[in-house]
Amino acid sequence: MTLDLAQFHDTFFEESFEALDQMEAALLKLSAGAVDSELINTIFRVAHSIKGGSATFGFGDVAAFTHTLETLLDELRAGKRQVSPPLVDVLLRSSDLMRDMLDATKHKRALDKERVKALHGEIEAFLKSAAAKSVAAPAAATAAQALSGTSERTGWRIHFVPGSKLLRNGNDPLRILRELQTLGPCVIRVDARYVPPLADLDAEECRLAWNAELSGDIHEDQVRAVFDWVEGECELLLERFGAAAAAAPAPVAAPAVAPAPPAAAVPTAIPAAIAPAASTAAEASRATNAGEGGSIRVSIEKIDELLNSVGELVITQSVLSQLAAPLEGAEELRSALGQLERHMRALQESVMRVRMLPISFVFNRFPRLVRDLGQRLGKKIELTMIGDQTELDKTVLEKIGDPLVHLVRNSIDHGIESPEARVAAGKSAHGTIELNAYHKGGNVVVEVKDDGGGLKRDKILAKARERGLVGPDEELSEERIYNLIFAPGFSTADVVSDVSGRGVGMDVVKRNINELGGHVQIHSTPGKGSMVRIRLPLTLAILDGQLARVGNEVYVVPIVSIVETMQVRKELVNSIASKGEVFRLRDEYLPIVRLYDLFGIQPDHTELLDGLMMIVEADGKRVGLFVDELMSQQQVVIKSLETNFRPVTGLAGATMLGDGRVALILDIPGVITRFQTKESRRESAQRAA
Amino acid sequence: MNALAPEHGADAQQFLTFKLAGEEYGVGILSVQEIRGWSAVTAIPHSPAWLLGVINLRGAVVPIIDLRIKFDFAKAEYNEFTVVIILNVGARVVGIVVDGVSDVITLAAEQIRPAPSLGNNAGTSHIIGFGTLDDRMRILMDVERLMASADLGSIKSIQ
Repeated sequence: MTLDLAQFHDTFFEESFEALDQMEAALLKLSAGAVDSELINTIFRVAHSIKGGSATFGFGDVAAFTHTLETLLDELRAGKRQVSPPLVDVLLRSSDLMRDMLDATKHKRALDKERVKALHGEIEAFLKSAAAKSVAAPAAATAAQALSGTSERTGWRIHFVPGSKLLRNGNDPLRILRELQTLGPCVIRVDARYVPPLADLDAEECRLAWNAELSGDIHEDQVRAVFDWVEGECELLLERFGAAAAAAPAPVAAPAVAPAPPAAAVPTAIPAAIAPAASTAAEASRATNAGEGGSIRVSIEKIDELLNSVGELVITQSVLSQLAAPLEGAEELRSALGQLERHMRALQESVMRVRMLPISFVFNRFPRLVRDLGQRLGKKIELTMIGDQTELDKTVLEKIGDPLVHLVRNSIDHGIESPEARVAAGKSAHGTIELNAYHKGGNVVVEVKDDGGGLKRDKILAKARERGLVGPDEELSEERIYNLIFAPGFSTADVVSDVSGRGVGMDVVKRNINELGGHVQIHSTPGKGSMVRIRLPLTLAILDGQLARVGNEVYVVPIVSIVETMQVRKELVNSIASKGEVFRLRDEYLPIVRLYDLFGIQPDHTELLDGLMMIVEADGKRVGLFVDELMSQQQVVIKSLETNFRPVTGLAGATMLGDGRVALILDIPGVITRFQTKESRRESAQRAA
Repeated sequence: MNALAPEHGADAQQFLTFKLAGEEYGVGILSVQEIRGWSAVTAIPHSPAWLLGVINLRGAVVPIIDLRIKFDFAKAEYNEFTVVIILNVGARVVGIVVDGVSDVITLAAEQIRPAPSLGNNAGTSHIIGFGTLDDRMRILMDVERLMASADLGSIKSIQ
């Protein structure tokens, strides 16, 4: 029986990365001082299963490193070693390294061998430092190693009785035996005494057992590692022979983890009877996993397909409702359609929720970040996370990670002061960073709050004036000043550090969030701290839109881009020869973008007084968008134009209206860019004339 | 992937033929998804004249190209015979407007004559040959090359 193991690689990597996240979380809790055997067990289990998996798939480097790590963790678990900050530090770095190693293996990139070696050495140094404290086992092993020079034949007698269900669980005893042969010269004999009469034989059950004699000076752990994958599913008896046997305290006879009573180790019962008796750590963890709600892995494409189909159903349903509306005497039809509509909504919501994940997936990285960065900068910081179970769309979640990291780093680097400065200012030496996520309306709000020094208003303004972003006499509102930090390349840091201060970052934060259809706001109180509030849509698949009509075409304007809508009186409009049309909105002059002109369509109205002016905003720029009339506001399902066509500047996609027609969704930043390009072209044409 | 790519051993191929300004054209039957009547489109701003716009094809946004405009034919009328052939081009779905669908024909390899060299005119690169059946000639087109030349952006081929 040969299996193509490659098909399991992806699952292995995915599970390993998740397991490493758990390990990191557990380590961070350990570092906080809580020594809890359950935490240590979690960490151990992660290392153990990664070791087993990578050995099975032939990722030797990972297996070797994890093996050493596991030895260290085992001592920790057995209470032979105390949790200390340097230990946690090494373990944290090990989890990083394992992640990188797995990542490199996954993408078939070269490994940084030096780094592996260095950390491997550190762990070994740790292990040695304990040698004095520890008891018999390692000492015996050292003794055995010392004896390796002698010519006398040493080795292991192995009695391996697989459980009858071993094959069904996807394990192959042959592979195990082959791996055993790689350890050294090995004589394997099949033991057929458990094979039942032919009539009772079930071809899917494993009834064979093996006796093997493995020669060479091999550590017990190495032998056990071969059987790692089937521990708990087999009976394994190891007995050392030759010179080393004398040094070893006693023949080691027991299934790998669970110390079964010696009687069970004597192979008298049929293997099937043994399997249930063995309650190993591996099996226990499997049981707990199954207990935690139960979940299945589904590819994102399948969910998106489902979401698309539901989107279509919603559209079809609204077409039906429109068709039924004018019918006379069709009360029952209409009420049935009403019911259909409610069910559709419920269905759509549940499908949306499938794509939703708690924001803790992003938040989880922050305890580590805050700890490391705080340590490096010599700042004392406490991190509070509220609402980490708030759910949002997976795509949004993936894109919000980097911006949040930027914001938290900024808070640590620029926000929180050094302990001395804090004490001098009458604050506690510990700074606080608070991450808060919650639902509000159809949005998710994420706040990053610190109790540091707040934004330096005057410094920002001075820097902006210096860089020509703000005129020398221009006065700005508080909000506008704070928004300056989102300008590309803007930084007030006096010294550029490797943490921040290069001025890249905040503009990226803003851009990423805008791309998601979100908003960023900054609040700051000098001396008290600052807060960045990010407002995000729940999902990218649906958009709150305002339908606007120009001639025969209907466009969807994203509500987030709309500031207000008004009718423009003639006296407010100025036509500046060099600047084009503008109108006065309170104390501002805004350019007028006539959508029909920009898109080349036939409008109903060309007189500003007859149509409507939508004030829209993007990237801090405001313009008036002139349309014929406003229609309803509704949630629309976004369809990409790229799927079958190509992206078009000024359009964010398309959607289906209730009557089955396609309406284009405007991308306001794109519309403004398009308008500006057109204006500058017109200007240069004028100049040429 | 591409039904029209001449393959060894596959000597007979099926083509859907249609009329464009009096001429008959053919495309590989395997790239045809469906044929539907003419319906109103939503225009895309700043697009070439031959890109009429997009339609809602059971929830998918599908661009519609008028080959008659693309090929610079004198008139492009929209009447009861005007049909849209929905094509699968690589991973994309695209509709083409034609004057009418004629037939499905089977052509053996020897019935397809390679296109004569028309000089360095890139505008004809989508023509893969001429198929003769019953003394009539059809211009056979490669939809992928046609769409590539139709400025739809590079068509992603399925690996």
